[in-house]
Amino acid sequence: MRTFKQYLFLFLITSVSTLSSAGEWSGFAGLEFRGFNQTAQDTRQDHDTNFSFVFEPEYFHEWDDGDQSIAFVPYVRVDENDNERTHFDIRELAYLKVEENWELRLGIRKVFWGVTEFQHLVDIINQTDLVENLDFEDKLGQPMVNLALINDWGTVDLFVMPYFRERYFPGTSGRLRSIPETRQDQSQFESAAKEKHIDFAARYSHYFGDWDIGLAHFYGTSRDPRLLFSTDSNGNPFLIPFYDIINQTSVDIQATKGNMLWKFEGLHRSGQETTYNALAAGFEYTFIGIMDTALDLGVLSEYFYDDRDELSTQIFEDDIAIGARLAFNDVQSSEALIGLVWDRDSGGKFFNIEASRRLGDSWLLELQGRFFFSQKRSDLAFTVNRDDYTELFLTYNF
Amino acid sequence: MKKISILAILLTPLLSPAYAETPEEKGLAIAVEADTRDTGWTDQFADMSMLLKNKQGDSSERVMNITTLEVPADGDKSLITFDNPKDIKGTAFLSHTHSLTPDDQWLYLPALKRVKRISSSNKSGPFVGSEYAYEDLSSQEVEKYKYKWLRDETIDGRDCFVIERYPQYEHSGYTRQIVWLDKEMYQPLKLEFFDRKNSQLKTLQFLNYKQYLDQYWRPGGMQMINHQNGKSTMLTWTNYKFKNGLSDRDFDKNTLKRAR
Repeated sequence: MRTFKQYLFLFLITSVSTLSSAGEWSGFAGLEFRGFNQTAQDTRQDHDTNFSFVFEPEYFHEWDDGDQSIAFVPYVRVDENDNERTHFDIRELAYLKVEENWELRLGIRKVFWGVTEFQHLVDIINQTDLVENLDFEDKLGQPMVNLALINDWGTVDLFVMPYFRERYFPGTSGRLRSIPETRQDQSQFESAAKEKHIDFAARYSHYFGDWDIGLAHFYGTSRDPRLLFSTDSNGNPFLIPFYDIINQTSVDIQATKGNMLWKFEGLHRSGQETTYNALAAGFEYTFIGIMDTALDLGVLSEYFYDDRDELSTQIFEDDIAIGARLAFNDVQSSEALIGLVWDRDSGGKFFNIEASRRLGDSWLLELQGRFFFSQKRSDLAFTVNRDDYTELFLTYNF
Repeated sequence: MKKISILAILLTPLLSPAYAETPEEKGLAIAVEADTRDTGWTDQFADMSMLLKNKQGDSSERVMNITTLEVPADGDKSLITFDNPKDIKGTAFLSHTHSLTPDDQWLYLPALKRVKRISSSNKSGPFVGSEYAYEDLSSQEVEKYKYKWLRDETIDGRDCFVIERYPQYEHSGYTRQIVWLDKEMYQPLKLEFFDRKNSQLKTLQFLNYKQYLDQYWRPGGMQMINHQNGKSTMLTWTNYKFKNGLSDRDFDKNTLKRAR
C-alpha cells in the first residue's frame, strides 16, 4: 500500500514533468556594438561607441490540438551609456483561442499592418520602441482584446485596447535623439483619462487573386505624439510629447504580378491639429538567379507624401526612396539591403545598409549602417545629422 | 494549350485501346495513372529534416513540418513551418498551388509579426539554401509537364517506367527531367534534372518507401545530389499522418500567422 505522501510525490513529479514538457522555450540573446563617426551635437551625448546586451526568451504552450495556446515574450536591454535605452518590456503575454469562424486573442501582443518597406505608414496598433532603432520596426507590447471574425469574404479584426503605451525616447546621454531632448516623463494627453483612454480599431483584410487588401479604422490615442517646445526651471529647453485623440482611416494594397510587387498605403487622419492625408506607394521587382547564380536581386522604390508638409510629425513628408535587396540563397541565408531616402523639400538624404549572415547553426551576425547627409536645420531628421553609425549585432538563437 | 492537355488526359483512357500509343501518349497515361492512384488522401502532415552538405563535408540542418491539403481539380495547398535553424524558427510559408495560374504564396515573419505576399515566380531558386529548388518540392500536378515514355528498365531489382518530362512553367530551372517510376507503386525511385543548358544538374533518389492507409506510398528519405557543385541534401520524412480533418481554414492567412 502506498501512503498518501507517496501518491502526492508521484502526483508532483508527474505534474512537473508534464509542465516542463508541455511548453517550449526559445528565443535569443545578443550583443550590439555601435560606432559613431562623429561626436554628437549635444556634449551630454558623450560617447562615440556603445555596447548593449539584449535578451528575448519566448515561452509557448499549446493544447486542445493547437486550438488554444499561450505565449510569453519578455524583453530586456541593458545599455552601456543610455539609461532610457536600458529597459524591460513584455512584448507578448497572450492567450489564443481558435474556432472555425473566429479567433480570440487576449493580452499583450504585437500586430503589424501594411505592405511598404521603407515606411510603415498604416501600422498603428503598437507603440514604437524608439530607443531600439530608428526604423520604427521595434514595438512595445500592446494590451488588447482582439476578435477576428473569419468569413468567406474576408477577415474582420476587432480591437479594444484598454491601455496606451507611451513612446520610449532616448535619454539625455543617448545618441540618435531629438535636440533638445524629448522627455517622456513630461508627456501630456488630450484625454483626461491619459493612458487609460480606451482605444478601438477595426480592420478588414482579404485577397482577390493576386491582390491583397486591408481597410482599417482606428479611434484613440495617437501613437506618434506631437512634440511641444518647453523649458525647465533652469531655462533648459526640452520637448514634451503630446498625445492627441485621433481618428484614422487607412487602406493598404499589394498587387503581386509575377516578379513585380506593387504596393500602396494611404491614410486620412483627423484630431491631430490639422486633418491630413498621407500615402506611401511603390514597387519591388526581383531578378531571380542573376547571372546564372543562386542570387536574387530585388530593386525597390517608394514615394511618401504627407499633405501637412513641414508640420509633419514624421520624417517622411515628400520623400523618394530607392533600394536594392540581395539574397544569396546560401546555407548561411546571407542577405543585404541598401537604401537611400531623399527628402525632396529639404534636400536631406539618408543612406541605410543592412546585412545578415548565419554563423554555424545558432549564431546570427547582423550589420547595420545609417548615414545622414545635408540635413537642413528645419528638417526633423536634422537632430541626428551627427549620429551616423555602424552597428554589429551578434545573436545566439535557441 | 493547357486546356487541350487536360482534355487529352480525360480522353486518353477512352481512346487508348483504339489506336497504337505514341511515346508521348504512353508517358502521359502513366503520369495520369500515378496521379489517380495518389488521390483521396485528403490531407497530410509530416515532419521534414534536411541535412545540407558541401564538398568539404560541412553540414547544416533544417527542421520543419509541412501540412498539405489535397485540392481536387486544382493544385494542393501547403503550409511549411520552420523550427531550425533557430533564427528562422516560427517562419512559415503558405502556398496555394494552381495547375493553370501562378501559385499564391505568403510568408510569415515572426519577428515583425508580418505576413508578406511574395512572388511565386521564383520556382527555380534554392529552398532554404538546400539543393532542392522550390519547384522540386511543390505539388506535382499532371498539367505541369509534358511527357514522353522512353523505355522500361529495372533498377535495384525493381521494374520501372522511364519517362522524360518537360516543365511547362516558363520560369522553370530545367529543360527536362527523367523519372524512373516504379511499376508497382507508381512512385518515382529516381529523378534526373537537366538545367537550362540541358546538362545534367542533379540526381534525386527516393529511399525507404512505406505504404500508408493501404494505398499511399511515401518515401522515408530523399537524397539530392548536385553534380555541378558537389553539394548534397538528404531529406528525411518522419511522422506521416493522413486524413487529419483539415480544411481550407487551416491554410488561410489567419492560420499562417499562428503556425507552429
